[in-house]
Amino acid sequence: MPEMLIREALREAIREEMLANERVILMGEDVGPYGGAYGVSKGLLEEFGPDRIIDTPISELGFVGAGIGAAMAGLRPIVEIMTINFSFLALDQIINSASKIHYMFGGQVSVPVVIRMASGARLSVGAQHSHSIEGWFAHVPGLKVAVPSNPADSKGLLKTAMRDENPVIFIENTASYGMKGEVPEGEYYVPFGKARIARQGKDVTIIGYSGSVIEATKAGELLAQEDIDAEVIDLRTLRPLDKEAILESVKKTGRCVVVEHAWRFGGFGAEIAAIIQEEAFDYLDAPVGRVAGVEVPMPYSMPLEVAALPTGEQVVEAVRALF
Amino acid sequence: MVVSERSLASISKEELGKLLYQMILIRRFEEKAAEMYARGKIRGFLHLYIGQEAVGVGVISRLRADDYIYSHYREHGQAIARGLDPKAIMAELFGKATGVSRGLGGSMHIFDISKRFMGGYAIVAGHMPLACGTALAQKHLGTDAVTVSILGDGAVNEGAFHEALNLAAVWKLPVLFLCENNFYGMGTAMSRVSASTDIYKRAEAYGIRSEQVDGMDVIEVAKKTEQALQLIRRGEGPYFLEAITYRFRGHSMADPELYRDKSEVDHWRQNDPIKTFSDALIQGGMFNQGEIEVVWKKVEEEVEEAARFADESPFPDVSTLTNHMYAPSPLDNLQTEGPLDA
Ligand SMILES: Cc1ncc(C[n+]2csc(CCOP(=O)(O)OP(=O)(O)O)c2C)c(N)n1
Ligand SMILES: [Mg+2]
Repeated sequence: MPEMLIREALREAIREEMLANERVILMGEDVGPYGGAYGVSKGLLEEFGPDRIIDTPISELGFVGAGIGAAMAGLRPIVEIMTINFSFLALDQIINSASKIHYMFGGQVSVPVVIRMASGARLSVGAQHSHSIEGWFAHVPGLKVAVPSNPADSKGLLKTAMRDENPVIFIENTASYGMKGEVPEGEYYVPFGKARIARQGKDVTIIGYSGSVIEATKAGELLAQEDIDAEVIDLRTLRPLDKEAILESVKKTGRCVVVEHAWRFGGFGAEIAAIIQEEAFDYLDAPVGRVAGVEVPMPYSMPLEVAALPTGEQVVEAVRALF
Repeated sequence: MVVSERSLASISKEELGKLLYQMILIRRFEEKAAEMYARGKIRGFLHLYIGQEAVGVGVISRLRADDYIYSHYREHGQAIARGLDPKAIMAELFGKATGVSRGLGGSMHIFDISKRFMGGYAIVAGHMPLACGTALAQKHLGTDAVTVSILGDGAVNEGAFHEALNLAAVWKLPVLFLCENNFYGMGTAMSRVSASTDIYKRAEAYGIRSEQVDGMDVIEVAKKTEQALQLIRRGEGPYFLEAITYRFRGHSMADPELYRDKSEVDHWRQNDPIKTFSDALIQGGMFNQGEIEVVWKKVEEEVEEAARFADESPFPDVSTLTNHMYAPSPLDNLQTEGPLDA
């Protein structure tokens, strides 16, 4: 299997789907000659031309809405929002329109649009450019939310997203575009709602998604040195959520810690904890632990930013507290 | 586009010297910042103002201390022109506790309430409605202070731009919109994504008085600003200035600049606002070469001092991470419902 970076895996997915279906278009700020703010669309303009690789003005509400409308009329748009922070400007279109149209009009029309965006912190870009709000989108029925953590899933989930008949919020981790890994060639689709067991274990379940899979995995390795055998789960999609994988693992281990970069209060980790206590209460040996971002706008200063985000060591501590 | 000698004559030598000093200070400050970025002292995004100095210096030189400024993320130069301490700006870029925003903001979020420099903002056009609100407050409070809202050409296609223009016009708010048209928003030429590239005409559509100004000519900018401010202070509502300018450097630090020709950049560099202004000062007999060299030397010392100060300053203590989350409020400890105790 060839090795590639996440940005290359995403590009391959887009390219393959564009070759397979003329109705797939890509639009967003600087996706053309510039090749995308994170280099995902490099070379696509040359290959597919300006009718299919469309540079937009800086007007997120407008072009996201246009993507949704195009999807309602037979195109298969991928809309790139440069970063998740700018999706706030388009939330009206995403939530009031994209997520509701299929239901509100009695299933007469579907909205097959993929809205990609880069999320997360760790790049010292400060309070207005460091959000992790995957959980906000997951809160909305009608949306699907994919949160890949590695190159293979980036390709496989994006290809699946592009075959979906519903709006998919596809969230890439800003700090991980340069991550390298093996990626299956050609046709490769990763199902939605199927978590990946990143590490098998029997003593505790550690759950991560998107960028936090890194800390979850690191904790698994550190715990192994202390003879705690952790099972690490990478959710891959938040909606649909692989409840079965979570519950099966927790029933085996009796302990669970959720790791996320997002703010803790009202976060996605709380939803997972609630599901576990509702459906696996009798199997638990300890309360579900949560390791999350500190509840502040992301500070610029490096030592503060480091302190505001979870570490593998904090996850290890949270696991130890369960024993 | 040479600075006109006639208009120079009406300005005192002291004031001309101050304009020159500020432009050179911005230039050297930012070159130093770029150097510090390469050395890993500054992280994240760093958007340089080099090439655009005449705009910020010209406009801000006409403001009063009680006027307000809101800007976007390419704002160090404007902050310097407003008189914020370059040491504290550099310290902010380093993420130090002595920075203007205590290290919490970084390059895109320079703020100093004492100078009514109300911040750099990183969401394109996002600060424009804030500027309208501050102007609304001034009107309400009965002052004739003006609020300046500085934006780029990339901002004009955002909804917030249009909503802010309409609010300012319909409420006759004392706002000076200053659009720095440098022809590009990141790697996209304005002309490729804008149906109309005469930005000032958009303001006209809202009934706002507007005009273009040569943003490479500090005196022209100052003069047009002066006229605009007079009208605004008289209660005639907002004004829109479109300054035609150019950024000599990339959008941020990692920009291969594949979207523009080197010859285009060279062409604009020929029209370097500091060089043309210096030449005009010499030709007009206001300054001699030696005096201008002294300015560069003084700036050099100030910039070195800023970098030293930033480097030697401490990082914020991690224990302060959650400080400033909420402002203390008088009813924070209210225990029961009902009327307030006398
Ligand atoms: C709402 C929003 N969308 C996109 C971005 C990403 N972005 C940052 S700067 C920029 C270009 C803005 O160009 P312009 O307004 O002309 O200012 P300049 O950089 O030329 O000074 C873009 C697209 C952003 N910060 N905010
Ligand atoms: Mg611009």
